[in-house]
Amino acid sequence: MTYIAKPKLHHPSLVKNRVGFTRRDYEGKISTLCAGCGHDSISASIIQACWELDIEPHRVAKLSGIGCSSKTPDYFLGNSHGFNTVHGRMPSVLTGAYLANRELIYLGVSGDGDSASIGLGQFAHVMRRGVNMTYLVENNGVYGLTKGQFSATADKGSRSKKGQSNNDAPIDLVTLALVMGATFVARGFSGDKAQLVPLLRSALAHQGAAVIDILSPCITFNNHSGSTKSYDYVREHNEAVNRLDFISLREEITADYAAGEVIDVRQHDGSIVRLRKLHADYDPTDRIRAMSYIQEHAARGEVVTGLLYVDPEAADLHRQLGTVEQPLNTLGAAELCPGSKALEKINAALR
Amino acid sequence: MQKIEAVNDFVVKFANINGSGSASANELFARAILRMGVPVSPRNIFPSNIQGLPTWFEVRVTEHGYLGRRGGVDLMVAMNPQSWEQDVREIDPGGYLFYDSSKPVPRARLRNDIHVLGMPLTEICNDTYSDSRERQLFKNIIYVGALTTLLDIDPQEIEKLFGEQYKGKEKLFDSNLQALNLGREYARQHLKPIALKVERRDRVGDMIFTDGNSAAALGCIYGGATVCAWYPITPSSSVPEAFERYAQKLRTDPASGEKRYSIVQAEDELASIGMVIGAGWNGARAFTATSGPGISLMAEFIGLAYFAEIPAVLINVQRGGPSTGMPTRTQQADVLACAYASHGDTRHVLLFPEDPYECFEMSAQALDLAERLQTPVFVMTDLDIGMNQRLCRPFAWDDNREYDRGKVMTREALDAGTDFGRYLDVDGDGIPYRTYPGTHPTKGGYFTRGTTKNAYAVYSEAGADYIYNMQRLRQKFETAKSLVPLPVLTAARYPARFAAIFYGSTGPAMQEALAALAEQGIYLNALRIRAFPFQNEIADFIAAHSKVFVFEQNFDGQLTTLLINEAHANPASLVPVLHYDGTPITARFITQEIAERVARLNVRPLRENMVA
Repeated sequence: MTYIAKPKLHHPSLVKNRVGFTRRDYEGKISTLCAGCGHDSISASIIQACWELDIEPHRVAKLSGIGCSSKTPDYFLGNSHGFNTVHGRMPSVLTGAYLANRELIYLGVSGDGDSASIGLGQFAHVMRRGVNMTYLVENNGVYGLTKGQFSATADKGSRSKKGQSNNDAPIDLVTLALVMGATFVARGFSGDKAQLVPLLRSALAHQGAAVIDILSPCITFNNHSGSTKSYDYVREHNEAVNRLDFISLREEITADYAAGEVIDVRQHDGSIVRLRKLHADYDPTDRIRAMSYIQEHAARGEVVTGLLYVDPEAADLHRQLGTVEQPLNTLGAAELCPGSKALEKINAALR
Repeated sequence: MQKIEAVNDFVVKFANINGSGSASANELFARAILRMGVPVSPRNIFPSNIQGLPTWFEVRVTEHGYLGRRGGVDLMVAMNPQSWEQDVREIDPGGYLFYDSSKPVPRARLRNDIHVLGMPLTEICNDTYSDSRERQLFKNIIYVGALTTLLDIDPQEIEKLFGEQYKGKEKLFDSNLQALNLGREYARQHLKPIALKVERRDRVGDMIFTDGNSAAALGCIYGGATVCAWYPITPSSSVPEAFERYAQKLRTDPASGEKRYSIVQAEDELASIGMVIGAGWNGARAFTATSGPGISLMAEFIGLAYFAEIPAVLINVQRGGPSTGMPTRTQQADVLACAYASHGDTRHVLLFPEDPYECFEMSAQALDLAERLQTPVFVMTDLDIGMNQRLCRPFAWDDNREYDRGKVMTREALDAGTDFGRYLDVDGDGIPYRTYPGTHPTKGGYFTRGTTKNAYAVYSEAGADYIYNMQRLRQKFETAKSLVPLPVLTAARYPARFAAIFYGSTGPAMQEALAALAEQGIYLNALRIRAFPFQNEIADFIAAHSKVFVFEQNFDGQLTTLLINEAHANPASLVPVLHYDGTPITARFITQEIAERVARLNVRPLRENMVA
């Protein structure tokens, strides 16, 4: 959130995507986060992913909770409707918005303080309901806006900027999302845009509850030698299970990768997530294996990134509820009000 | 000994054990009288427990159509040894005690000024049925049978009700009818006649018999709600349950099975109001139903919806507080909590329905008001209206009525270059225009937030922007006065310097009390408040009387406080009269309180000149 308006001058030669927008049309206001904040890198990746996917910016509804991460929706997709809700309870607001209009693309932006503490319950429930959304956790393990307290995702034994040691076990939102039934689960790193942009594109195309836990170092309070969420630490301990490409429905599907090292996962909307497998034994469609894989590597101090699980046949909340295709917010009195004759029958039955 | 004699005007109270299956038998009793054309007003007074604790079912037989509680009991059906002392004590002198005489009751546990009717119900059941559940369930039907004989209730009406209830289940029909006749025959042969009688009348007319929670749910259907998010809490749970029942029938495409509604049972109250707000922000009509503790949990979100200006409807079926209070008892104790819900300078629109008819009407209206005003609207019902069956006017709907979707800026208006400021007061009524998400590729998008902003929804901590918003919100609240239901005046037959103010479920008992007081020569003007904010008529009404009794079903006199705060009523002219034991207020209580207070107020000193 900023007072400063970003200049709207665009160079006439800027490349436009299929829906007629330049990359700059996906930008928002100028960020007021600290210079070098991982969250700004994530915003840049969101801009890139949406531009590449040819999403009309105004068809995205971006919702967030409270905190540094939750400020970021103001910094991308400036023509979209945004909603900064209350601390930790963005998921329920997003759910309601999705119930009202199933045709928009829902982007939930949250942080570790927002999602893993007060919002842990709503995080869990929005995953089990299968709300069709992309839920990003911009995870830096620290409370930035209140100046450096540990969050619930901070690793046990990691140190704060002031030198205090964290004694509490961390909450792993990726594992929780898997347990709760999320149908697209990934972990990214804000400093690895090459991996993050395809992850975002895949998540946005996924027709179900997609969550990406993005390690996003806090440059001010959690980027020091004792931190396990610093740029250096994550780079040194990153264990990528796959590199992926996302192939839109309308694009020609080409075989750019050597046979035997590529797996194509066709999503519910027909688009394909193409995974270049770095580990021959990693199957991203096996939920149980994904959980144990994450735990095994965490025990070795490794941060597993990439697309960890995807259910290509995910069902979303509207399908489970059996609602009409037409967005509920467009139904009028003719479709909704049973009228006086039906009321007379109801009256008669109550006598 | 004197006998209470009455035709179509008495109170029967059933004292039972929760979980014994008595409620349906007692309701059968009430419905049979209703089918004879005589109005009844039943009330289920139950514990916060599934089995074992005492429960009561009170049936007011009321030819005059007074549907509030009268107070006192003419005939007590005492089926619960746990509450025996209290039950016997409640009977009016000259009244009747009907009890299970299978075990003898010592004389000392009875009263000399009442008539005792013993029937060995357990003995009869044990002799007739071998199955323990049958012994229990049919005991209830047998005593209903005995009462039909004692009170001259037409058994054919009960037979018809059995026919409706057990359609296609002949075995159940036959066994219930057998139990009924067993009771009737015993009463005819062994019990002394009593002087309470039901005579067939035609006083019910086209009135309907339903409960407020079902009516509120139906109001939400007719009002166009498409999103219902809720979390179970007594006494409101039957609102969303009824919404689902009605929606399945009225809002499901019979060919495809697709639903034009959505219901989510959320993980808690915080999530349920969050979903309602998300849906409201996105242009759908949404509601939740809850009770006081739920409102407390929702408070932060309610403040967000107020300041971010998002429509939301909350049906608050009030119960006794504070904290979790009396979960299954009734009060009007959330008035202040809802009027000012959340932190900061918030104030909210409240509607106070009197009966199921108004629960229907006001729930539909609340959906219009929420969108017109872009704010949370509370329907302040309570357990007494919500969970008890009441006779009321039949529901009505004007097919020409259109939903008021409020000020929504369209894509066409934006294309035409209309200036859009999300929080800009264009019309001077304090209500800004909004756009739905997804309206326009380049115009009309804005960022919704609970923090301060300027008229164009841009984050701002500038004092002038904050003041603009707060004053506009206050202006909007003023505008609401012209949109919410007006109070209802009941003028006294003669000029009166005293008056009464009341609201919600107090209404029926108050109407009876006013009639009783008039018979004693005490005349009061009465005003039933139906909404907050208060219209100017309310302040004028208070100013026009020397004393105004404000009847409330809470301990703190919450409406009185609100009248002082918001209608600027002179505190010296308001006299709170409070009823807060968790049971619905009675006409006798009101009559007695007013009569005593009026008598005190009418005392004149012997020498007028001694008065300061």
